[in-house]
Amino acid sequence: MKSYKLLNHTADIGIEFWGKTKKELFANAVEAMFDLIVDLRGINNVNEKVVTAKGTDAEDLLVNFLREALYLFNGGKWIVKQCQLLEIKSGHIVAQLQGEPYNSQKHQLQKEIKAVTYHGLNVKKTAQGWKAKVIFDV
Amino acid sequence: MSEIKLTRIDDNRWLLPQTGKMRVPGIIYANEKIYQLLKGDESTKQVANVAQLPGIVNYSLAMPDVHWGYGFPIGGVAAFDLAEGIVSPGGVGYDINCGCRLIATNLSFADVKDRISDLTTALYQHIPSGVGSTGSVKLSGKDEKKVLEEGAKWAVKAGFGSPEDLETTEDGGTMAGADSEQVSARALERGKQQLGTLGSGNHFLEIEVVQDIFDETAAQAFGLRKGQIVVMVHSGSRGLGYQICDDYLALMVKHMQETKIELPDRQLACAYLHTTRGRNYLAAMACGANYAWANRQLLMHHTREIFEKTLRMSPRELGMRLVYDVCHNIAKIEDFKIQGKMKKLCVHRKGATRAFPAGHDAVPERYKSVGQPVLIPGDMGSGSYVLVGQEKAMEETFGSACHGAGRVMSRTQATKVSQGRSISRELADQGILVMASSKGTLREEMPEAYKNLQDVVQVMHESGIAKKVAQLKAVACIKG
Repeated sequence: MKSYKLLNHTADIGIEFWGKTKKELFANAVEAMFDLIVDLRGINNVNEKVVTAKGTDAEDLLVNFLREALYLFNGGKWIVKQCQLLEIKSGHIVAQLQGEPYNSQKHQLQKEIKAVTYHGLNVKKTAQGWKAKVIFDV
Repeated sequence: MSEIKLTRIDDNRWLLPQTGKMRVPGIIYANEKIYQLLKGDESTKQVANVAQLPGIVNYSLAMPDVHWGYGFPIGGVAAFDLAEGIVSPGGVGYDINCGCRLIATNLSFADVKDRISDLTTALYQHIPSGVGSTGSVKLSGKDEKKVLEEGAKWAVKAGFGSPEDLETTEDGGTMAGADSEQVSARALERGKQQLGTLGSGNHFLEIEVVQDIFDETAAQAFGLRKGQIVVMVHSGSRGLGYQICDDYLALMVKHMQETKIELPDRQLACAYLHTTRGRNYLAAMACGANYAWANRQLLMHHTREIFEKTLRMSPRELGMRLVYDVCHNIAKIEDFKIQGKMKKLCVHRKGATRAFPAGHDAVPERYKSVGQPVLIPGDMGSGSYVLVGQEKAMEETFGSACHGAGRVMSRTQATKVSQGRSISRELADQGILVMASSKGTLREEMPEAYKNLQDVVQVMHESGIAKKVAQLKAVACIKG
């Protein structure tokens, strides 16, 4: 069961995602972003990386966190399959990511995500947990 | 849905009155049909948001291909005062100097129509395209810095083309003021592998045929004739450009509080032009612009080689000459007459093309008597237009015109609508051969997802911003 849905945006791709806790919300954001980039069914948890990010508020933290995770692929050709939040507090985040290096023979890329934008961004607490929206430039 | 009320100025222009925190009004170039489409997205609101930025001069503009972007609308043009105004990385876009390059040939469609398939296959095999593609040139750190500071000039010096190519490239293929010291290690790393790659999404390389000529004099000056084979390339600065934009956006967002500029959308984060931060961004942006010009120069060089090899013809026989290369995501310091006085302004073109008139200093010598070629690619299959810049553009749009058809359907919607259809077969039935590395891209980029290019171009033509010179019909397209 996917923990996100696609939003209509004329030029780019927006997603709405949710989580029972803030930790789960942020972890789901990373997994959703990589689900857009590549067919995750073909990815295994081979090795792990730790990512940290800072932000002035929840929205800024989310963008900066996704930026760091996206750079693992755009800069280092490494694909995230699973994300586990180790720590999230006052503008600071530490996460453990599992995945494997991209292999053009094995993996099916779906979409190039150029960047994570601030446009239309929001992070909200709801009665059921947490919900957020983010738009990627593709 | 946009709730903002527009009032009609004339057949092709709508006024967005100055309200709330807007510092200037907005003007949107649109006919009735395009105006109706505006109601479906957020672009009108984005025109109003841009109008709130400090130092904006005259009005916040949108070209007829306007559509919902992030921060600035796509198709947005805004000029800022150098002393009081700002520069915004989001107002340039992630793909710095994304642009088009049109290459003329001595070939006629009639002579090579049986070879189009061979040419397309060869182009598809040899020009790296698609997500994550890497180029044939691996740059050393030293060479990469030269690319960033010299642009297409570096490419020509390295043997990818001739000095003549630079004469018909905007800014001679080198943007002044580039400083590679202002580019992050991450951006440099991403740039090393991708020179000479087309990219994905809406980027393409198309073989086209000149179908119609509207202005004989200008067409002759541009070296275009009916039935001629031409090649249109649409690409940009790849990962290097995206990273430069993202790095500076992050930096400016972080410092927004101290600049005391109130923003309606964080994606509009900016810095005053007179500050170190603003100047550093422009120096880094120029590096991105130069990388894109070198990239398109390499793509053209490879295209020439592939044509020579496939058709077994010499460069002289083929006569593959660069008609022009324009950028459509950029911020530039240019001179305009404001209230009777010449003034230097920082013009942001976010999905808009420069359209300078005859006689302007920046127009290449050989086009001086007619004006600058304005290249307008359409969506896959609908071909392209070549226009020529007019004096009116200097008076009304800071020397700018539209840059394409403009999306009207979201990517998710296009994917849904095209379910069960073969877009490549539909195009083949219209005589257009398409090769793409991703079927998903083909669906997202299907012709119906875009506005009608003819409507968009007609608005520019009728409003006198840029006049129609030639219409080009696509016969083959390679996509990422």
